[in-house]
Amino acid sequence: MRVFWCLVFLAVPILAVLSCIYAEDYGLWFPGEAETLLGKQIDDLFYMINIIVTVTFIGSNAGLCYVIWRASGKQEEGGKAWFCHGVHSLEVIWSIVPACILMFISLYQLDVWMQFRVRTNYPTEAAAKPVAEVTARQFEWRIRYPAPGKDLQLQPQPDDLYTVNDLHVPVNQPVMIQLRTIDVQHSFFVPDLRVKQDAIPGQVIPIWFNVLHNGEYDLTCAELCGWGHYKMRGRVVAEPVEDFQAYLVKLQAEQSYDGVANEDSPELAQSGEE
Amino acid sequence: MSTLNPALEHAHDHGHGDHHELTFVQKYIFSTDHKIIGIQFLITTLLMLLVGGALALGVRWQLAFPWQSMPILGQFFYGAQGGQIAPETYTMLFTMHATVMIFLVIIPVLAGAFGNFLIPLMIGADDMAFPTLNMLSYWFMWPAIFFFFLSFVFGGGQAGWTSYPVLSAVVEAAPGSGHAQTCWLMGVTFVGVSSMMGSVNYMTTIINMRAPGMTLFRMPLTIWAMFITAILQAFALPVLTAAGFMLLTDRTLGTTFFVPSGLVINNSDPTVGGGQPLLWQHLFWFYSHPAVYIMLLPAMGMTSDMLACMSRKPIFGYKPMVLSMATIAGLGFIVWGHHMFTSGMNPALGMTFMISTMMIALPSAVKVFNWIGTIWGGRITFNTVTLNCVAFVSMFLIGGLSGIYMAAVPVDIYFHDTYMIVAHFHYVLFGATLFGVFGAIQFWYPKMFGRLMSEKLGKIHFFLTFLGFNGAFFPMHLLGMAGFPRRYADPYVHPYLEHLVPVNQFITISAIVMGSAQILLLFNFCYSYFCGEKIGRNPWGGNGLEWFAPSPPGHGNFDVLPVVYRGPYEYSSPLVTDRDYLMQTDYLPPPDSESKDETDEQKT
Ligand code: HEM
Ligand SMILES: [Cu+2]
Ligand SMILES: [Cu+2]
Repeated sequence: MRVFWCLVFLAVPILAVLSCIYAEDYGLWFPGEAETLLGKQIDDLFYMINIIVTVTFIGSNAGLCYVIWRASGKQEEGGKAWFCHGVHSLEVIWSIVPACILMFISLYQLDVWMQFRVRTNYPTEAAAKPVAEVTARQFEWRIRYPAPGKDLQLQPQPDDLYTVNDLHVPVNQPVMIQLRTIDVQHSFFVPDLRVKQDAIPGQVIPIWFNVLHNGEYDLTCAELCGWGHYKMRGRVVAEPVEDFQAYLVKLQAEQSYDGVANEDSPELAQSGEE
Repeated sequence: MSTLNPALEHAHDHGHGDHHELTFVQKYIFSTDHKIIGIQFLITTLLMLLVGGALALGVRWQLAFPWQSMPILGQFFYGAQGGQIAPETYTMLFTMHATVMIFLVIIPVLAGAFGNFLIPLMIGADDMAFPTLNMLSYWFMWPAIFFFFLSFVFGGGQAGWTSYPVLSAVVEAAPGSGHAQTCWLMGVTFVGVSSMMGSVNYMTTIINMRAPGMTLFRMPLTIWAMFITAILQAFALPVLTAAGFMLLTDRTLGTTFFVPSGLVINNSDPTVGGGQPLLWQHLFWFYSHPAVYIMLLPAMGMTSDMLACMSRKPIFGYKPMVLSMATIAGLGFIVWGHHMFTSGMNPALGMTFMISTMMIALPSAVKVFNWIGTIWGGRITFNTVTLNCVAFVSMFLIGGLSGIYMAAVPVDIYFHDTYMIVAHFHYVLFGATLFGVFGAIQFWYPKMFGRLMSEKLGKIHFFLTFLGFNGAFFPMHLLGMAGFPRRYADPYVHPYLEHLVPVNQFITISAIVMGSAQILLLFNFCYSYFCGEKIGRNPWGGNGLEWFAPSPPGHGNFDVLPVVYRGPYEYSSPLVTDRDYLMQTDYLPPPDSESKDETDEQKT
């Protein structure tokens, strides 16, 4: 039985490490490379912590398994246990070393956090011209763009453009969105971009990110907002600036379409506006 | 047992000889005896463990087999919904699961059951300082249970155990949650009252009622843990209670502490008022982060005591252990913001909380190393107690280490509110605390009922639970990696999560194995009450004062007033040769006057 139980406890670190190594093959790892600059830094930070943690984990488990193996053999060897109230030098070592490592991790990552959240570090261009306002509500994302060529205002404007669950942003440049909610708390979560920000009732919270590649990214809600929390599926579409502009124009055309436009080129319906 | 003078067993000279007959009700129901109250708490919480477990299985069913009706049980429980779990039912299930587990199982089983049972016995007191208050602290659990149950009948709390406003504050936000959420808040309030009474009692008892010679640094770590926990409760709970009342008035009297103006919820009229929803998060976590340590520290203390006894070795680094618990408690008050990293609070605040959170991992690490040190060079047999304690250390290691990823704010941006968090806190709360509790039940059961629990059943229970637990919760880390959000009634509407169904099925099967194994625990608990092997005072060769009392201890606990000569961890002391323990009450004259052997002779 002694061997059996030691193996049970030894199996924990072995299976844990193995399952993490093979996890990626089964889609149990990040849903893909981070698609933003900050996201890449977050991933790097994750991998750095992962190394430190894995070493600690394996080391501590090796220690644990070794001591239970030896201590459970003592019965047959005979003799009393080691009468020892502790080893001062060890206590000092295993307080100071982890303290330094933890302090290192905390200070090392501050930079990424400051870039992401601290106002003065926001990319100036993007912060001056937010691309859209995203308003969460039960259970959808409402998106408000300024009309082409105009800037987003805090108050809705008559020519603002609206969509639901479909946020388009220009690729390869920092973009800022203003996040709000009109009812309960929600959270704007785009796993591929490693972006998450709660939408707090009564507050307008800016978020910025820089998408690196064209593509569609899943947008989900990460804060319980009621029975339909799971349904808040949206997408973020990153596309070249020209396409983005064209998209806004198309949106404007659709929105101000009066039903009598030329059949061949419905987008001309916008003519009255500009 | 060479330590006790049999003649003294009949002694009735310590003031408690004058038992007057108590009626059955006084003795077993409205009892003021701390041991009975402890056992009442224990049995109640074990039953609640089954309730909470059943709710969790409902959650797991939906995640593994979304929208399929549960065989047999489905028709019974969710017949009105065609056997399916509707999304609002799902929301209710996980809310109530967490509520039951946290407020009706883990907090009361540690402080209520073991705190009550062990504190007077371990410090050598005849009862708690305020026995009636103690009785009330148990009976205030029942209004809490009643209100939670009522909440359930009304459709259940639907805002998660964290109950963030505005969802929890405005009735329209969660249809059907009208009275349910209000009852839920009442329930939390009553649990708070109950814990508060316990906390005051424990502090007073530990400060005032220690046996002669029981200095602070001769107290077992269990007592230190209970003491620190009581302090945490005393300082943190009022904040939750106040916040709970504010939310209650927001719901019922139209105040707007947490509701800003102009919200249009479910097409109702815009809200009025100038509240701040983040205020709730601050208040709630100001309590609930210390609370997660309230849910852990006592188990840490008990595991330390059990590990030392099972290793037949002094605890490694007694003072560092005490100090690290105190540090955890102290730091525990300034880390609450790590639950709010993505909430949009001031980023500078986020940094501060991140550093303090990193630092709280330090005392946790020190404790793990000291537990390993305790086993090092020890002499263990793999009985149920040892197994559960080693599992505690092994699981706490995983739970603590996953905390580090989340303490790193930028990484937490990704992990917040994914299954990574779920994995983290189940590793600490189930993996550590509950395994500690399972060990403690096995370890102190003989003191409670005078009989040993079955080792065979205990080991099978341990093995199945350990297997099921790791099968259920380890893969959750990987779900978290994949960005699987928590609290989703049907995650698979999102294409990037579709491929995760098989993993969830594996988790659910493991959870069923783990859940079913708990029946063994209950069975063992009842079976051993009648058929367990009868034992004497000190079945494990322990050093603490509780082993000096009869099993089970009578009213007033000790037949001889204990006098304490040393700390509780003198296992395998070279001062005695015929046994490997040296009880706190064993008197040894100063070594220079006589040789060791004679000393022992004299004593006996
Ligand atoms: C080793 C030190 C620990 C660190 C660094 C740590 C860190 C954290 C962090 C940063 C979070 C928030 C994650 C998020 O929501 O994004 C968290 C959540 C949590 N932790 Fe820990 N933790 C530690 C130990 C513990 C212990 C010992 C317990 C309980 C006994 C615990 C229980 C919880 C619970 C219950 C939650 C989630 C609450 C919820 O959102 O429902 N943690 N932890
Ligand atoms: Cu949501
Ligand atoms: Cu916390």
